Amino acid sequence: MAVTAGERLMAKATARRGERTLGWGALVAVAASAVMSLAVAPPDAEQGNVQRLMYVHVPSAWLAYLSFVIVFVASIAYLRTHRIRWDRLAAASAEVGVLFTALTIVLGMLWGKPVWGAWWTWDPRITTTTILLLIYVGYLAVRRLPESPARRARWAAVIGVVGFVDVPIVQLSVTWWRSLHQGPTVRLLGETTMAPVMLTALLVAVGAFTLLYWYLVALRLRVGRLEERAVGEALSPRLGVPPSGTPATVPGEEVVPSA
Amino acid sequence: MTFARQALAVAAKDVRIEVRGRYGAGTALPFAATVLIAFGLALGPGRTLLRQTAPGLLWMATLFAAVLSFRRSFEAEGEDGALEGLLLAPVDKAAVFLGKAAAVALQLLVLEVAIVLMVSALFDLSFTADVWVLAAALLLGTVGLAAVGSLFGVLAESPRAREAVFPLLVLPLVTPVLLAGVRSTALAVAGLGSQAGSWLGLLIAFDVIFLAVGMLVFEHLMED
Repeated sequence: MAVTAGERLMAKATARRGERTLGWGALVAVAASAVMSLAVAPPDAEQGNVQRLMYVHVPSAWLAYLSFVIVFVASIAYLRTHRIRWDRLAAASAEVGVLFTALTIVLGMLWGKPVWGAWWTWDPRITTTTILLLIYVGYLAVRRLPESPARRARWAAVIGVVGFVDVPIVQLSVTWWRSLHQGPTVRLLGETTMAPVMLTALLVAVGAFTLLYWYLVALRLRVGRLEERAVGEALSPRLGVPPSGTPATVPGEEVVPSA
Repeated sequence: MTFARQALAVAAKDVRIEVRGRYGAGTALPFAATVLIAFGLALGPGRTLLRQTAPGLLWMATLFAAVLSFRRSFEAEGEDGALEGLLLAPVDKAAVFLGKAAAVALQLLVLEVAIVLMVSALFDLSFTADVWVLAAALLLGTVGLAAVGSLFGVLAESPRAREAVFPLLVLPLVTPVLLAGVRSTALAVAGLGSQAGSWLGLLIAFDVIFLAVGMLVFEHLMED
């Protein structure tokens, strides 16, 4: 019954009031994180101000992986329950995930150029993240196929599961490949422990990005519902009749029959 | 019918279609040859570079030819409502998955023998040093490719997926097969086949995981 509890939580978070609270929370947290990482935290002893990229790069990478975990969980939940809301959650999370995975790579390249002297190295982590991005770009491409919604949801859910299972194997193979090719890789975060103030700034940034993630997902979920309603209204002979198969509306998101 | 008999029946059906239609010989193999020639021309006439890149080219040609074969394997199901027949047949969906994977793996293995011979001739490469390591890498890699390809081959039913979405999806997913295959082939060519153990282990892990996942989720792709 964990599934129904999760559904209730999701309904609450995606109600209009929950969405607004999340939005304001994310805004405040991101502002606080900006102050922390730009003003409070000192510049790095070796890298100088460039190192401040860490406060956006690492949280983006965290979101990239978090969102694909959510896609995985939602995909399994969809395959088990066949409730369209899980499919919507997977879709929303995958879109946000692709955005932040791309952002992670771009920020990493911006950081890598001054520090490593190259935009790109075949570092296992970079390569794995890029393959991750490609897998989920493929996932979104499948979602855009002109198929029936039920079929699209099933296909997407299977890819959401398989893609996630694939990631650790890709990571392992790329690490081995790299170690056989060249010497040990550069560590993104040095072995030395971070100064406490830097660590605090990083944790604040991770928290802020996580709030932002849930806000974007909540927003995308509402857009998804509206899209489905628009399609349903366009297809149904009587205006305002939700298409069959649409789940019961959630609190705060009642379907208002158009006059 | 037992599970194994069902899977065998599906595999036999697919192999029969292939033997009678000769898609592999007529399209996939010439395509692989084209890929090899194109790479050879692109990388220039220097023999050292060509020999160094040959293991990679072997697997690239295999991968591209495999994508064609997967699509063909399910295109045949799309014709004359064959898929509906398969869906209505009283067979386990996991058996359908295993059967289709086995048939396509068999076709790929035949194709790979031809590709190895072509690479050997075109790039002046001898595979005799550790031929068993190469054979093991090809066999294990093919099983993994066939598992992923048969799982998502269903997508080829959608006309738009057939063109770009299917390769876009499959190629990143099989990155571990590409890496493990290329590295163990390179080791085999260099006569260092005994060091390829961990790569072959990785391929076995990939095969087991994707065959298991495929058997679990295949029915969800098929139900309509």
